[in-house]
Amino acid sequence: MTIRPASDRSLLVVFGDRIGPESYSAVVHLTHGLAGARQVLNLHPAYTSVLIDFDPRRYTHERIEALVRACMETPGPPAPQPRQVEIPVEFGGACGPDLEDVARHTGLEPERVVEQFTAAVYEVYFVGFATCFPYLGGLPAELATPRLAAPRKHVPRGSVAIGGHQAGVYPLASPGGWRLIGRTRLRLFDPQAAPPPLMRMGDRVRFVPEARR
Amino acid sequence: MSSIRVVSAGLLTTVQDLGRFGWAHYGISASGAADAFALRAGNLLVGNAENAAGVEMTLMGAAFEFQADAVVALTGSDFGAGLPLWSPVEVKAGQTLRCGPSQSGARCYLCVRGGIGVPKVMGSASTHVITGVGGRALRAGDLLPIGSEAIRRPRAAAKSVPPLGDGSLRVTGGPQSESFSDELYRGTYTVSEESNRMGLRLRGPVVPSAAGHMLTEGAPLGAVQVPPDGQPIILFVEHQTTGGYPKPANVISADFRRLGQLRPRGQVSFERVTIDQALRLLQQQEQWLYGL
Repeated sequence: MTIRPASDRSLLVVFGDRIGPESYSAVVHLTHGLAGARQVLNLHPAYTSVLIDFDPRRYTHERIEALVRACMETPGPPAPQPRQVEIPVEFGGACGPDLEDVARHTGLEPERVVEQFTAAVYEVYFVGFATCFPYLGGLPAELATPRLAAPRKHVPRGSVAIGGHQAGVYPLASPGGWRLIGRTRLRLFDPQAAPPPLMRMGDRVRFVPEARR
Repeated sequence: MSSIRVVSAGLLTTVQDLGRFGWAHYGISASGAADAFALRAGNLLVGNAENAAGVEMTLMGAAFEFQADAVVALTGSDFGAGLPLWSPVEVKAGQTLRCGPSQSGARCYLCVRGGIGVPKVMGSASTHVITGVGGRALRAGDLLPIGSEAIRRPRAAAKSVPPLGDGSLRVTGGPQSESFSDELYRGTYTVSEESNRMGLRLRGPVVPSAAGHMLTEGAPLGAVQVPPDGQPIILFVEHQTTGGYPKPANVISADFRRLGQLRPRGQVSFERVTIDQALRLLQQQEQWLYGL
């Protein structure tokens, strides 16, 4: 574990540089352990790190670091049963303009890409980027496809995408460089409704193919 | 309830308080006033709680018709409203306050005694423009209710306002500062027209990116991130909560107000300071605010 200031009002805690179960369980432990702590303004969990924002008028980096160390030495509550989330997806066509490219890159037929993609169970590693974007682990290695060389200016809301070894779903229309293979009608995030978003850290996610309308 | 009618909306006029904290792990950044110093000063001047919601105007101001007597303060940049800035001012029912194009920086704040009484979403009245959390930008015809966040008497006008400086942004080292040499500190950068509340895009001398792959990690407000093209982006109040570009530096809290007042085509340069220096500068700013 390394702890360093990221700014005059934040501390970055890093659990190594490899994505894996050990670093990830440390991220989950720290995120849950510090959630709601009064010293913390915001928590930004990621694959192997947690960024902690605090009010520098009230707390010092040393104080927050002590809080982190105490949290890591305290056993957390047993992990809650993960929630199961099913995402209906229309694959290919206008909904998944990059499905053919993924098929070409992986050497699989598009139908096989969809089969393999929907056979897997994904875990929400963390939620971030611009609003409730779920970073999903568990993409079958055969389906890994590099990101686009130049990101699209406009990715439609609900796009289901592959970015390298990761999968994700765009909660809102935004720019993006991942390969779009399908789209869901489910709203991952509704600004009018109170969060939490549809997918949260630790959730298990399945994609279910939906017939083309 | 008494209210203020938006007669014309200006370029980008939004309701803002000091931000929506506690949701970054869902990918929602705090948003809030781009120049929080100006909003806090305005609230203090009219006797509000510091975090009361006010109206943020951007580059081209809005016009407001008051449907009841009110005490207001305009802070931040001068948008040519014809009222003294950084001072509580009484406005009569039926009067219209007209702001025009900015005559200095990017943003002007209208604070009203009582605050803007819009409902809070997830604990904040702030508009997160890019996602729509907390509402949308104001339009002509919108009615802004005046709230009940006044907690003390209005203050005397500010005697002098700490200067914004000459475009130098003071920064502390970012998490990847070792992967960069000091190119960032040599050049002068121009704020691109594509800048917004999410990020300030800079154009200028290329900052060579460190080689190697970086895992996506949390990104704080004011982070200077350098994508492969070497043109820095400063993450601003509606920033993404995680990112995969290396960050050589981070703008200090005391200079967030400078970020909030940067206009497109404005010039900036970077000056490295220590965290202790950054905290001392923040403390000086706080002392000025509490002297109001």
